[in-house]
Amino acid sequence: MTIKNLDTVKHAAGTPDVDQPWKELGLKEDEYLRIREILERRPTGAELAMYSVMWSEHCSYKSSKVHLKQFGDKVPANDAMLVGIGENAGVVDVGQGYAVTFKVESHNHPSYIEPYQGAATGVGGIVRDILAMGARPVAVVDPLRFGAADHPDTRRVLPGVVAGIGGYGNCLGLPNIGGEVVFDPCYQGNPLVNAGCIGVMKHEDIHLAQASGPGNKVILYGARTGGDGIGGVSVLASETFDDAKPTKRPAVQVGDPFQEKLLIECTLEIFAEKLVAGIQDLGGAGLSCATSELASAGSGGMRVELDTVPLRDSSLSPEEILMSESQERMCAVVEPDKVDRFMEICEKWDVIATVIGEVTEGTRLEIFWHGEQIVDVPPRSVAHDGPVYHRPYARPDWQDALQADDANKLARPASPAELREQVLRLVGSPNQASKAWITDQYDRFVQGNTVLAQPEDAGMVRIDESTNLGVAMATDGNGRFAKLDPYTGAQLALAEAYRNVAASGAKPLAISDCLNFGSPEDPAVMWQFAEATRGLADGCLQLGTPVTGGNVSLYNQTGETAIHPTPVVAVLGVIDDVTRRTPIAFAEEGRLLYLLGETREEFGGSAWSQVIHDHLGGLPPAVDLDREKLLGEILISGSRDGMIDAAHDLSDGGLIQAVTESCLRGGKGARLVVPDTLSISGSATGDAFTFLFSESAGRAVVAVPRSEELRFTDMCGARGLPATRIGVVDGEEIEVQGEFSIPLSELRAAHEGTIEALLV
Amino acid sequence: MTTRIGVVTFPGTLDDRDSLRAVRIAGAEPVSLWHRDKDIKQVDAVVLAGGFSYGDYLRAGAISRFSPVMETVIEQAKGGMPVLGICNGFQILTETHLLPGAMLRNNHLHFICRDQKLRVENAGTAWTADYDAGQEISVPLKNIDGRYVAAESVLDELEAEGRVAFRYLDGNPNGSLRDIAGITNAAGNVVGLMPHPEHAVEPLIGTGRTDGLGFFTSILKKLVSA
Repeated sequence: MTIKNLDTVKHAAGTPDVDQPWKELGLKEDEYLRIREILERRPTGAELAMYSVMWSEHCSYKSSKVHLKQFGDKVPANDAMLVGIGENAGVVDVGQGYAVTFKVESHNHPSYIEPYQGAATGVGGIVRDILAMGARPVAVVDPLRFGAADHPDTRRVLPGVVAGIGGYGNCLGLPNIGGEVVFDPCYQGNPLVNAGCIGVMKHEDIHLAQASGPGNKVILYGARTGGDGIGGVSVLASETFDDAKPTKRPAVQVGDPFQEKLLIECTLEIFAEKLVAGIQDLGGAGLSCATSELASAGSGGMRVELDTVPLRDSSLSPEEILMSESQERMCAVVEPDKVDRFMEICEKWDVIATVIGEVTEGTRLEIFWHGEQIVDVPPRSVAHDGPVYHRPYARPDWQDALQADDANKLARPASPAELREQVLRLVGSPNQASKAWITDQYDRFVQGNTVLAQPEDAGMVRIDESTNLGVAMATDGNGRFAKLDPYTGAQLALAEAYRNVAASGAKPLAISDCLNFGSPEDPAVMWQFAEATRGLADGCLQLGTPVTGGNVSLYNQTGETAIHPTPVVAVLGVIDDVTRRTPIAFAEEGRLLYLLGETREEFGGSAWSQVIHDHLGGLPPAVDLDREKLLGEILISGSRDGMIDAAHDLSDGGLIQAVTESCLRGGKGARLVVPDTLSISGSATGDAFTFLFSESAGRAVVAVPRSEELRFTDMCGARGLPATRIGVVDGEEIEVQGEFSIPLSELRAAHEGTIEALLV
Repeated sequence: MTTRIGVVTFPGTLDDRDSLRAVRIAGAEPVSLWHRDKDIKQVDAVVLAGGFSYGDYLRAGAISRFSPVMETVIEQAKGGMPVLGICNGFQILTETHLLPGAMLRNNHLHFICRDQKLRVENAGTAWTADYDAGQEISVPLKNIDGRYVAAESVLDELEAEGRVAFRYLDGNPNGSLRDIAGITNAAGNVVGLMPHPEHAVEPLIGTGRTDGLGFFTSILKKLVSA
C-alpha cells in the first residue's frame, strides 16, 4: 500500500460504507459490528487487522474464557504463587529467594502445515514468554502427539517436528529434559506439538508486561519484521483444517535460533542492569499484541511510529507489519535516561533495537504511518475486552455407548505363553517403546545442571550450585482416558504428572496446562472442554497445586472429526537437595521391590486394550486424589530419608511397563511374584494379568534397600498406604514366578527398536 | 599465582558457562573472554567451548575464526599456549588450521546426544596428562556436524605421529574416519575433540560420571609445574 491510498483514521471516519475484508481475516459479522460500535466509525485497515488477530480464538480465549475462570475461582491455599494467570507466565516461589516461572503452550496447527518451522518456533515462542517474565530459561520439555506410528504422513510430520525442536532448542543452549511422545490415529491430521519452558530468577527480578510512565520509550528489539506468520493466530490457529481451502503455509513463521540466543543473552543483561519498566515478547499477533497488551496493562496511552519498525521486506503494508508474527522480537518500555545504556547492550550482542514510540498521557493506542494516523483505539478493547462466548455444550449422545463398551470384558491371555507374548507386544508398541531415537536428537546436558532427563519420570535441573536446590517437571496427558470421561481424564493427567514429580523426589508445587481440543463450535467438543476444565480445577484445588497459566488450543479437528480431548498437564516441583533425587533405574541387585497403592481390574482406555484389541471403551481408571497426595508424600519422604533408591510411577502399560523400563535403565533384571491380593478392598484377587497390565491410578513401584525395609514399610503402614512386596532386583531377565521369564536382551530388542524401524 | 584459564564466548556459544564451571571445579581461575576483544587477559590457557557460533549457518566455525579474539588465540597457540577446542571449538580449530581436517554433517544426518565411550590414545598432551594411554572414559556427545574427515595422507600422518588423541568406542556415532573423536597438534598444546568433557565433571549432573574432569586437572598441573 502506498501512502496515497492509506486508510487513515480520518479517511475511515469519512467513508463509513467501504467494504472491509473482516471475513477473510477470520472475524464473524457480529464481531465486526462490535468493532464499529467501539470505535463509533468503521475501523481503518490497520485497526481491523489488529482486532482480527487479537480477537482470534488463539489470542482472546473467547470460547474458553468462561470455563477457564474456574482456575481463578478454585485457587487452593498455596503461598508459593507469586504471579498468577494473565501474565506471560505464572511465577512460583521455590525458596532461598528464587522464583520459578513455567508454562506450556501449543504450536499444533503450524506444525502440521510445516513441521520443522512450526515446532521450532513453538520452542522459540515459549522461551520468549519465560524470558519476558525476567527469568533465565533453564530447561524445555516437549509433549508431542502424532497420528498412527505407521501412517505415511507421520513419517513426514514426526521427523520434521523432532528436527525442528532439536534444530531450534539445541542452538539456544537449553537442555530438553522431558515431555512425551504419543501416537493415536485421532491425531492424524492434527498433531499436537506442545512446548514447555522453565525459567529461574530471584524474586526481585520479576518483570511484568505493562507500559506505564508517560514519556517512557517503547523499544522494539531483535529480528527485523518480515512477511512471515501473517494471520497465524487467526486464519491458521483458530480454524479447522479443510481440504478445499488453499494451503496455509505462508501463515507459518520461520525461526532463527541464533537470533533468539542473542536475544536471550542481551535481554538478561538488560534485566541485570534494571533497564526496563515493562517488557513483552512478540509471538502470536506480533506487534498488535505487544503494543495493545503493554498499553492496556499500563495506563493506556501509547503512540507508535510504525514506519520506524525495521523491516526485512520494505514493501510490507502497515496492516502486515501489525499482523506479522516474525520471530525473535521483544518489546520493552524504557525510561528515557536508560535508553542509551539499553542500546549499548543491544549493540554488544549485535541485536537491532529501535525506539518505535512512547508511553503517552492519554488512554488511546495511537499508531502513525509516515505522520498519518492509522490507529486510534482504546487498547483494552483490543487486548482484554475481546468477545466472550458462552458456547452451547451438551454431553454427546455416543458417550453412553462408549462407556458401556467395557474393556474389562475383552479376551485376556489364556496361558502364560500368551501372557508373555502380550508383554513383549506391549513394551514394543509405539506408545510404550523407548523414545530414545527422538530424545537423543535433543541436547539434555547443556548448562551443566541436568540431574534427571528423559526417560526418567520427571526432568530435574539444579538451580543453585551452592545449595543444590533444584526443580523438577513432568508433563502428562491421556486423550484416551479423557475421551471416555473428560472430567476424570483431566484429573488422571494431573495425577500422573503429580505422581511423576513426586517419584523423582520433588514436591509438586503448581501446574501449567495445555488444553488441546476440537472445534468449540461443536457442542460435544465444548462439553468435553467444560468437563475437562472442571475436572482440572477441582483436582488442583484438592491437590493444593494452583494453575499458574497455560494455553488453550481449539479447532484441532479436520472436517467433523475432532481429536480426543487432550488436556496436557505440566506439574512443577521443588527439591531442596538434588543429591536426594530418585531415578527410575533398578541398578542394584538385591533391592526389594514394593508396589505402592491398590490394583483394580481397570482396563478402560488402557495401553493393553489399545495394543492387543485396538479397543477404546468403558470407563477410565478411578481417581483418588487424596491417595495421590499420600503416595506423593511417601515417595518424597522415601527419597529424602534414603529409604528408596529407585521409583517409577505406574501409568500406561501398567506394572510390567514400569518394571521393564526400570530394569532396562539400570541393566538389572527382576524376579516378581504375583501377590495374593492386589487391593485392600479385595475387588481383585491376585491374577497375573491384572497385576501386570492394570492401569489403576495412584501407584508406583519402588526399590528398597534391605536395610531400610522395616523403616519403609512401617512408614507406609503408619500412613495407611498399601505397600506390597512384589519381588527383588536380580539377574538378567524379568521373571514372573509361575508364569514366564523374558531375558533383558529380548525386552531391550522389543522396546528399543520400534521407533527407529518405523521412521527411518 | 593462580592459574588463569580463559573461555571464549562467541555469539551463539552455549557451553561457555559449563566450561568456566569445569575450570573452577578443577581448581583454576576461570576467565571469561569476549569474541570482540583481542585482549585475552593474560590467561595461561584457552578453552573454545561448544555451541553454534554465529548460528553455524555458513559452516561450523567458519566465521568465528575471523573474530578479533581468535587473532590472539592463534598467535599464542603457535607460541605454545595450551588451547582446547570442544565440539564447536574443535570445528573452529580446524577452520583456523591449528588442527588438520574438517567436520561434516553426521552420516545419519541427525543431531545426536548420548553418553559416549572414548579411548584416550594420547596421554601426552597438555590436556590429557592425567589420563593413562588406552584409558576408557565416557563423556557426553552432542552435535550434528561431528563427522571428522581428512585426506588419507593426513590421517596416516596423524596416526604415525600419535596425534589421534581420542577414538570412539562401542560404535562410531557419526561416521568419523578411523573412529577419530579428537586430535592434537604436533606440539601437544592444541587439542580438539567433539565430545564434551566439561559436561562430565560432577558426580550428580549429566551422565553422573566425572570422566571429563581430567582435561581440566591435566592442564592445571601442567601450568603449575611449568
